[in-house]
Amino acid sequence: MSTASHTTDHGHDHDHDHGPARGLSRWILTTNHKDIGTLYLLFSLAMFFVGGAMALVIRAELFEPGLQVVDPHFFNQMTTLHALVMIFGAVMPAFVGLANWLIPMMVGAPDMALPRMNNWSFWIMPFAFTLLLSTLFMPGGGPAGGWTLYPPLVLQTGSAFPFVILAVHMMGASSIMGAINIIATILNLRAPGMTLMKMPLFVWTWLITAFLLIAVMPVLAGTVTMLLTDKFFGTSFFNAAGGGDPVMFQHIFWFFGHPEVYIMILPAFGVISQIIPTFARKPLFGYASMVYATASIAFLSFIVWAHHMFTVGMPLAGELFFMYATMLIAVPTGVKVFNWVSTMWRGAMTFETPMLFAIAFVILFTIGGFSGLMLAIAPADFQYHDTYFVVAHFHYVLVPGAVFSIMAAAYYWLPKWTGHMYNEKLGKLHFWLSVIGVNVLFFPQHFLGLAGMPRRIPDYALQFTEFNMVSTVGAFLFGFSQLFFLYNVIQTIRGGAKATDQVWEGAEGLEWTLSSPPPYHTFTTAPEIK
Amino acid sequence: MTHAEHAPDHYYVPTQSHWPIIATISLFTLMLGGATLLNGGSSTLLLTGFALILITMFGWFGTVVRESEKGLYSDQMDRSFRWGMGWFIFSEVMFFAAFFGALFYARTYSVPWLGGETSHGVLTHGLLWSGYEAAWPTNGPSDIGGFFAPMHPWGLPAINTLILLSSGATLTWAHWGLIEQNRPQLLKGLAATVALGVLFLSLQAYEYAHAYHALHLTLGSGIYGSTFFMLTGFHGLHVTIGAIILAVMLFRSLAGHFTPQRHFAFEAAAWYWHFVDVVWLGLFIFVYWL
Amino acid sequence: MATSRIAHGGGIALSAALSLAWSMGAHADLALNMPQGVTAISHDVYDLHMLIFWICVAIGVVVFGVMFWSIYHHRKSRGAVPAQFHESTLVEVLWTIVPMLILIGMAVPATGTLVRMADARDAELTIKVTGYQWRWQYDYLDDGVKFFSTLSTPQAQIRNVAAKDEHYLLEVDNPLVVPVGKKIRILTTSADVIHSWWVPDLGWKKDAIPGFINENWTLIEKPGVYRGQCAELCGRDHGFMPVVVKAVPEAEFQQWLEQMKKNPTPQTARNDSRPSTVPGDQTL
Ligand code: HEA
Ligand code: HEA
Ligand code: CUA
Ligand SMILES: [Cu+2]
Repeated sequence: MSTASHTTDHGHDHDHDHGPARGLSRWILTTNHKDIGTLYLLFSLAMFFVGGAMALVIRAELFEPGLQVVDPHFFNQMTTLHALVMIFGAVMPAFVGLANWLIPMMVGAPDMALPRMNNWSFWIMPFAFTLLLSTLFMPGGGPAGGWTLYPPLVLQTGSAFPFVILAVHMMGASSIMGAINIIATILNLRAPGMTLMKMPLFVWTWLITAFLLIAVMPVLAGTVTMLLTDKFFGTSFFNAAGGGDPVMFQHIFWFFGHPEVYIMILPAFGVISQIIPTFARKPLFGYASMVYATASIAFLSFIVWAHHMFTVGMPLAGELFFMYATMLIAVPTGVKVFNWVSTMWRGAMTFETPMLFAIAFVILFTIGGFSGLMLAIAPADFQYHDTYFVVAHFHYVLVPGAVFSIMAAAYYWLPKWTGHMYNEKLGKLHFWLSVIGVNVLFFPQHFLGLAGMPRRIPDYALQFTEFNMVSTVGAFLFGFSQLFFLYNVIQTIRGGAKATDQVWEGAEGLEWTLSSPPPYHTFTTAPEIK
Repeated sequence: MTHAEHAPDHYYVPTQSHWPIIATISLFTLMLGGATLLNGGSSTLLLTGFALILITMFGWFGTVVRESEKGLYSDQMDRSFRWGMGWFIFSEVMFFAAFFGALFYARTYSVPWLGGETSHGVLTHGLLWSGYEAAWPTNGPSDIGGFFAPMHPWGLPAINTLILLSSGATLTWAHWGLIEQNRPQLLKGLAATVALGVLFLSLQAYEYAHAYHALHLTLGSGIYGSTFFMLTGFHGLHVTIGAIILAVMLFRSLAGHFTPQRHFAFEAAAWYWHFVDVVWLGLFIFVYWL
Repeated sequence: MATSRIAHGGGIALSAALSLAWSMGAHADLALNMPQGVTAISHDVYDLHMLIFWICVAIGVVVFGVMFWSIYHHRKSRGAVPAQFHESTLVEVLWTIVPMLILIGMAVPATGTLVRMADARDAELTIKVTGYQWRWQYDYLDDGVKFFSTLSTPQAQIRNVAAKDEHYLLEVDNPLVVPVGKKIRILTTSADVIHSWWVPDLGWKKDAIPGFINENWTLIEKPGVYRGQCAELCGRDHGFMPVVVKAVPEAEFQQWLEQMKKNPTPQTARNDSRPSTVPGDQTL
């Protein structure tokens, strides 16, 4: 990104306030949190397009009944890889990228606590995805058992199998190191006076997210290791004949998997809690309750996992426990939604692109939350489970949820990062096409699911035709609208109107006191916090 | 050790480093090699990966040690390392938790169900596994892996428990030596700890050999063999790593590296060792004893 | 102002899209909602579904209503001056307790339904359902009748070279035949990977787990043919293993059973060729 104006003071006081190195080595060898943040964000954008292209293959095949575009086995590979790429390649790295750019600036730290490990966390990712995506070219193709990797089906994977497992191990290692770095930065590098309860909410949500990551990524690593040994070393973890149980995998997987979905939404909550006060020109309502709500969600996320497994045949007591615990999550999440609305209440709002995305987030995430609550009702979930109703639910929380928050964040901080204003008209166009596209894409999937269309099928009965067509049209609309985003980002990096330091009239926080773009190294001496 | 050239209000920012990317390539080679080998290919890549990882570790840790000795690290950096190590150990705890979870699930749910216990198990047992009697240890209704005898807790495992516990004590004793600038105590304590670690590993290797040959207990002995070897195996791997780190600490102590005020590397190694210790207690109770 | 113009345009487009969806919903046989089904349980589940749906709609109306009101009235372009309040213990306590009460209101009927569903005692007929890649096996445990049920839609229709039947992908060679008005216990299990046996009109689905038996029950009130599908990803032809249940009056059922006992393995042309979307290739 453009830091030209700051490379001039390069040379004196080496070791410290130096500017970036030149050429490719800057990016490969960097230990600078801003460079690494940029790398994460660009990687995530690339993966979003890769995962999105796979989604378009899925939607193209589902445009009408019959097999037209791809073979069913390849369809399953697309479903599996689409999810793995979007979750581990697009959404998670995007949030880590935001954390890298923003947390040090927000808490008044010079950099991340462990800068070299930071570089390592990033560079593992492209290599892990090389490993994962290379499986598409192997005999038997890529993984096709769904992103949830349930045995025994996943054990039927061909040569791709060990590659997938080891790629997951690499991603896990990267996430854990990234999270450790973030926690250490937040707990140890805050400027004097930046008490915990003064931290911006984005920092708070990331602190809690990092805790979730460290708690559950190793569990994922453990359970995929058991898959590996079941396949290659004769263990019987998931085999009833040896005293194990295929369902045991699901328990361990979802012990990771459910917190994982909050890993993808808590930083989003943080982003939205930064943006809404700015454009409402009014302090965030209920700061303390936001912090407690985030912590409660994180706590509850550890005791609800089996709501993904209501149909596996758990004893009644288990079903009841997991149903009640899951429903409880609506309470702290509601607190968040109500706080956002109250922040807008009697503010003085303007609707620049980041705010538009933030408002759409609040509405559409809540809709996704409502369907989540419906899924939590175990007897009703017996009907919803493994249908497009579930697909609609999680895309509402993930796409106009997590992804919209990332886009809101990108528009919001891009002027700070690059020193240039993005093209507001184009931003608004992108927003409106996206918000329409995403609803045309995912809203009909509720109807499909309720009417009985199972997920993960390449072909379907005739009564599902119309809504699938609508959904596919929405997918292409939504997908291609993202090219406007891409274009806008590239143009903003390359040039554009000069951004002021504060950028937004209502923006508050340490990062807005810095120049736009900020110098390569910021806060090498700690700022004063009032 | 001096910090004089280091302005206290100025944060230490490392310059560019080539170690992370080398580490990434090493890890990638290792993973690629592992997958290739598992698919029936050659082990060349895997071994190359191992070698690269070793080189990375020497290089990267070496750099850190040199920087530390030059006094580049402020107190704040020291605290960052502490947080980093602490949370890393927590992640390791959760890794073991996955396997303990599997053990717990098998013993409380899947095995009793297969044996017909609780209303949930009656049909499973009656229709699918009617000959099976649930018990622990077990290799399941299909007798996967054939007849085996379980590992008895009060022989070698109990001795190993004593060994690990005393190694924790010798390590703390060494730490006291370090703090009180009692160099001989530091060196003796560390050497004893490493020796106990190696002894533990040798006994465990013997135990494994005994299990495979005399007891016919293998990794493939159904769910008991699976949980037994995966838990003790990963623990053994961690003891190995811990012992290597402690050995490095011993060499660094011989080189006169630590001061009573500044010796986080030593402490990190100690934390790690105590963690390995505690995991063993869990293993001894839940895998061997109960 | 540009913002509101764009907002206006977007609003029109959105409502156009929604009304398109709704007008298509009005189309005669286009299902929008969960079927009410043909058992007491499926009715309970449907009612529960509608209850939580309307509660969510109501909460949505209130929350989004307040939000839109403030988006409209508290915009800077209308000269709004921002207030500075940022706390109120009273409302915060209120909006913690009220949702709690709403949730309890949902949990009570949900618990009742769940308890009723779990009670499979006193069944008059037991059928074991085994999932295979990719077909179902039905085993009438008390009568020794046992057969496979396989997709009967021809390849040509899947490959788009023949016109598709009305029940495209939801038709089998041998449906599961059951009597109406009797409590039937259905035991699910699998011979290979996990499958899930699901007929929406019965109000539940249950996974078929290799090595374990899951129990469930149903009592169908109305004769008819009820169709569903395997609902757990089970490999390449997961989309091609439908479930068809034919519910008939008791007498007809007995007659069918007698005939099946005489000829225990009904054969059809397709029964021994496993369905595969790739002719000749049975792997994966
Ligand atoms: C970002 C990701 C994300 C988020 C935030 C959520 C949030 C929630 N999810 Fe979702 N979920 C997924 C991602 C996510 N989920 C994914 C990926 C899957 C599928 C995985 C797979 O199988 O592949 C899934 C599946 C899934 C299932 C399993 C469905 C099935 O397979 O049968 C269930 C069941 O309980 C569930 C429930 C919930 C609930 C209760 C919430 C709650 O957190 C929602 C809380 C929010 C609200 C309720 C709205 C706001 C609240 C108010 C306005 C207050 C007042 C409201 C009331 C009192 C009702 N989810
Ligand atoms: C964060 C996570 C995330 C995100 C962002 C998305 C985004 C999308 N998802 Fe995804 N999805 C999942 C997570 C996610 N999904 C998960 C977890 C599953 C479950 C998998 C499983 O069952 O195992 C799933 C499954 C899933 C299914 C069900 C598949 C099945 O059951 O068989 C479908 C079907 O419509 C779908 C569609 C889409 C679409 C159209 C988008 C769109 O939003 C994508 C939009 C983006 C683009 C379209 C890219 C941009 C533009 C282009 C590509 C233009 C062309 C340019 C070039 C190629 C250079 N997804
Ligand atoms: Cu059988 Cu899906
Ligand atoms: Cu969940």
